Amino acid sequence: MIAEIRIGECDFDAGAETEALARRCEGPGAVTTFVGYVRAEPGLTSLTLEHYPAMSEREMSRHVEEAARRWALLGVTVIHRVGRLNPGDRIVFVAVAAMHRREAFEACEFLMDYLKTRAPFWKREERDGAVVWVEALNRDFDAANRWRR
Amino acid sequence: MKLLYFAWVRQAIGVSEETFDLPDDIRTVGALAERLRARGGGYASAFAEFGRLRAAVNQEHVPFDAPVGTNDEVAFFPPVTGG
Repeated sequence: MIAEIRIGECDFDAGAETEALARRCEGPGAVTTFVGYVRAEPGLTSLTLEHYPAMSEREMSRHVEEAARRWALLGVTVIHRVGRLNPGDRIVFVAVAAMHRREAFEACEFLMDYLKTRAPFWKREERDGAVVWVEALNRDFDAANRWRR
Repeated sequence: MKLLYFAWVRQAIGVSEETFDLPDDIRTVGALAERLRARGGGYASAFAEFGRLRAAVNQEHVPFDAPVGTNDEVAFFPPVTGG
């Protein structure tokens, strides 16, 4: 299983990352991808992401290892941006390569659910001139809890 | 020990990290949080409700009853909102 995890301010090219993962895995039957964007909402002017650098990459590695224990995976790419972003900007990318689509779909969802509820990143929004920290959503924790076993 | 704060916890306290001499009578994350809250000011507001806080010891998520030791790196932060 080939894992690539990157955290930084740089944008990414989802198409190029998908192809690069497929090439690294030398003939997967399926690659699923997820791209998260900063939503365009009335009044929202920017979103700033901070993280716990010593922990965020380690935590995401643990999620990838857990996914590889649950499903037969060939490779995973996870990219998470930090810093100041604008509506429409890309935030996060998860790609999973496997021999078959089911593993690839499920592991991609699992990784996003874990990332949203466990990876140490925090968003603050600039909305109508005021700065507010984004509150965690119960539905994200419900989504992550369904993978418990 | 090293203490780290993130997001609004950091904003309330006013620093992102500090070193702390762990007293012998503090053995858990929760006891440490109570001691920090007792400092008052920004600490009192950051640690006002433990239910709104999460913690990590040495870069791993832990509950508030987890043990802490002199050489640990302990982080306090709100529930995460990345992705």
